[in-house]
Amino acid sequence: MSTMRNLSFDAIIIGGGGSGLRAALELAKSGKKTAVLSKVFPTRSHTVSAQGGITCAIASADPNDDWRWHMYDTVKGSDYIADQDAAEYMCTEGPKAVFELEHMGLPFSRFDNGRIYQRPFGGQSKNFGEGGQAARTCAAADRTGHALLHTLYQNNLKNNTVFLNEWYAIDLVKNAQGDVVGCIALCIETGEIVHVKSKATVLATGGAGRIFASTTNALINTGDGIGMALRAGFPMQDMEMWQFHPTGIYGAGTLVTEGCRGEGGYLINKDGERFMERYAPNAKDLAGRDVVARSMVMEMLEGRGCGENGDHVMLKLDHLGEEVLQKRLPGIVELSKTFAHVDPAKEPIPVVPTCHYMMGGIPTNVHGQAIMQDGDGNDQIVNGLFACGEAACVSVHGANRLGGNSLLDLVVFGRAAGMFIEGALNEGIDYLAASQSDIDASMARLNRWNESSGGEAVAELKAELQDVMQNDFGVFRKEENMQNGVRKLSDLRERIANAHLSDKSNTFNTARVEALELDNLLEVAEATAISALERKESRGAHSRYDYPDRDDVNWLKHSIYFPVEKRLGKRDVNFTPKTVDTFEPKVRTY
Amino acid sequence: MVTNVTNFSRSGLSDWLVQQVSAVILALYALLMVGYFLFHPGLDYATWHGFFSQTWMRIFSLLAFIALAAHVWVGVWTVITDYIKPIGIRFAAQIVLILAIFVFLVWGVQILWGA
Amino acid sequence: MLQVSIYRYNPETDSAPYMQEFQVDTQGRDLMVLNVLELIKQQDSSMAYRRSCREGVCGSDGMNINGTNGLACVTPLSDVVKSNKLVLRPLPGLPVVRDLVVDMGIFYKQYERIQPYLQNDTTPPAIERLQSPEERDKLDGLYECILCACCSTACPSFWWNPDKFVGPAGLLQAYRFLADSRDTAARERLAELEDPFSVFRCRGIMNCVAVCPKGLNPTRAIGKIRELLLENAT
Repeated sequence: MSTMRNLSFDAIIIGGGGSGLRAALELAKSGKKTAVLSKVFPTRSHTVSAQGGITCAIASADPNDDWRWHMYDTVKGSDYIADQDAAEYMCTEGPKAVFELEHMGLPFSRFDNGRIYQRPFGGQSKNFGEGGQAARTCAAADRTGHALLHTLYQNNLKNNTVFLNEWYAIDLVKNAQGDVVGCIALCIETGEIVHVKSKATVLATGGAGRIFASTTNALINTGDGIGMALRAGFPMQDMEMWQFHPTGIYGAGTLVTEGCRGEGGYLINKDGERFMERYAPNAKDLAGRDVVARSMVMEMLEGRGCGENGDHVMLKLDHLGEEVLQKRLPGIVELSKTFAHVDPAKEPIPVVPTCHYMMGGIPTNVHGQAIMQDGDGNDQIVNGLFACGEAACVSVHGANRLGGNSLLDLVVFGRAAGMFIEGALNEGIDYLAASQSDIDASMARLNRWNESSGGEAVAELKAELQDVMQNDFGVFRKEENMQNGVRKLSDLRERIANAHLSDKSNTFNTARVEALELDNLLEVAEATAISALERKESRGAHSRYDYPDRDDVNWLKHSIYFPVEKRLGKRDVNFTPKTVDTFEPKVRTY
Repeated sequence: MVTNVTNFSRSGLSDWLVQQVSAVILALYALLMVGYFLFHPGLDYATWHGFFSQTWMRIFSLLAFIALAAHVWVGVWTVITDYIKPIGIRFAAQIVLILAIFVFLVWGVQILWGA
Repeated sequence: MLQVSIYRYNPETDSAPYMQEFQVDTQGRDLMVLNVLELIKQQDSSMAYRRSCREGVCGSDGMNINGTNGLACVTPLSDVVKSNKLVLRPLPGLPVVRDLVVDMGIFYKQYERIQPYLQNDTTPPAIERLQSPEERDKLDGLYECILCACCSTACPSFWWNPDKFVGPAGLLQAYRFLADSRDTAARERLAELEDPFSVFRCRGIMNCVAVCPKGLNPTRAIGKIRELLLENAT
């Protein structure tokens, strides 16, 4: 394709959600030639759906709050496989990043003294778990993600960031030495294919909840960055760790924020019993999400679920009163009326654990640099490739993310990646240019779809994939089911390789985008499945019937999945924070 | 800031204010006329002429005419810029509008104060 | 079977737009309009529309549903379908790219024109800028806008002068920053809005209020901007 147009940037950021926009803002302010390439207009990114808030020890609700307590909660919440240097970085840099957002105009809710409103969230404690429940989640009513995403987009406009909106990245381009030197992208509106050259390529493509049939995630969350990195041969970390949010609206899957429980709501079973008191006597409904989700499933399995089929439980909010609901949770009132046909001021909301967040992703250091392993299992930086946000696994969330830590992750590590890339660009980056055959390699799957003349339809294959993941890799996992699931995915891989794109037009062809997304869903699903099958223990969000206990002897490790051999290896967890003592693994109770 | 030269005051705020104030004046004037007709069922020319010979009525009528001229200018200019897109035709329509308002205003003054 | 009639246009193959009829089996469920579109896309994968969050917060799927603008993902059939017929058209007044996808360029341009970001050149404190709950309350009903364009494309003033009239969505955001106690650029912002088009093309017919899927009130915000302009000028 000698006619293909080239675009050239210092840094290209793929993804226009919270982390991508935060990274872009840092680079745009520094005057680097930066572009954000996003398959949707940036404010349509999934960050917009975040509700409850951004957790950070800004010492507003409690003047004595301490980032070390936040770090302790984060590490405990992760079931001890968060990297402690990364958690330390996030919790120390967090307040700066949050105050910056406020200075940019984010409309946080306020306390009477004018400071940012903070609410209690799950897994939060004072004094290293000894001082009771903390209130550490900074909120803009229950629309924090919306407020955050719009604020970041607005400030990128202010700083003249270049936006390639409604462009879709197809694959990374690697040079002969394996450095990432850009990507191939599709302008959705015109169908033009462009080679985007860049000295730094940042994957900020978010999560991939759409591998499951039921998810709180947006329809666009198809793991495009993960798919691209896997196809380029780069490893993924902790991909078995998927968070199931306790309160997805039954039937619809839409999220109801943990902030509901933070404000005083609680879960009840069909007998009206507040069952979390049995599972987590201290934190109750504000235990870690993995704990609450599992307890809910246990209630249903033991016949105490609600409804005809006993397949959900209820979230009770009516005792909070109309005024609190309107003031603190207006979006939830709206959502439950729309999707559950329930007015939470009068009746409880039917909820069920629903796939919500990918703790795993592209392994990176705190600067966002992507990491792979050399032949001896040592970490090695991937030149030119960066990741941040949900697509990355720094890892601050380990085996289970705490509520409100994702928004903090976005801004802290988006900012960190931007700062690091700025420095690297100042020192000078010079990689070998991609050859024609390198570019052709990245065009392969697009060409495959464009030349397809028959085969199965994308929508059916996608539905089948989602059912496999839903049935075999849900809240509780079983060896036999998972083996079955892995086999079905390998069969699906073959069928997807022969699937058909019937619409070959160029103008705003969403069928082509969905076909390309299916490839990515498959990559993420398979990485998840193989990682889940191979991690033979239960930790955080990964619960197995056959290995019900945590195994710190063998598995106090990150899992690392190598796509070429489809093999699962291990990677050491960092236990050496710089300024505090190591938080040693303990039995995790709430 | 969107710039333009043919509107009434070159300022959206002044135009808007003029339209509000002129509307009030026209409403009062209309009320007066309706009231006058109600109280004079068998109105003849002499009474009518006498009514308009009083100085206060002449001043109020002139005010109402000016208000009407301004109100029409702002209103019709808005309609023209909404619906007529070709610049030549739009400009011509605006000139016709302004001339017509001018002619009617002068004519009105002549009727009120003349003879 | 639900009768669905959809506006189709692909510039590569169609010389003119046309309405295409579909039959959709809803199995008696009260689906959202977006779910109906998904079922249609399974019949005909060439159907183009935007969607993302599917819960009414991202603003992707604004379209004209049985004659009224709304978000497909939060509009249940029971709200709009009379006599078993659903008619879907792109948002009115913007150029159609393909099917239900419109070119929102001019809508975004008007948003950008009002400088939609906080302006405050004073050195910020080491913590957040303080704002009382009462001051913060003034932003309620303003900051929640999702830029879906349902309001601006329901506004005749925006249809006639999309290049000069900011439109209800942009003006709602203009007022969001004017109303923010932390913003110090009110005078400059107002100076940019004082001409006969940017704000004053609003004739107060409240189409915007009637269609806003988030229940916001741009007409009230426009009234407030007029008050501020007046205060500033007299």
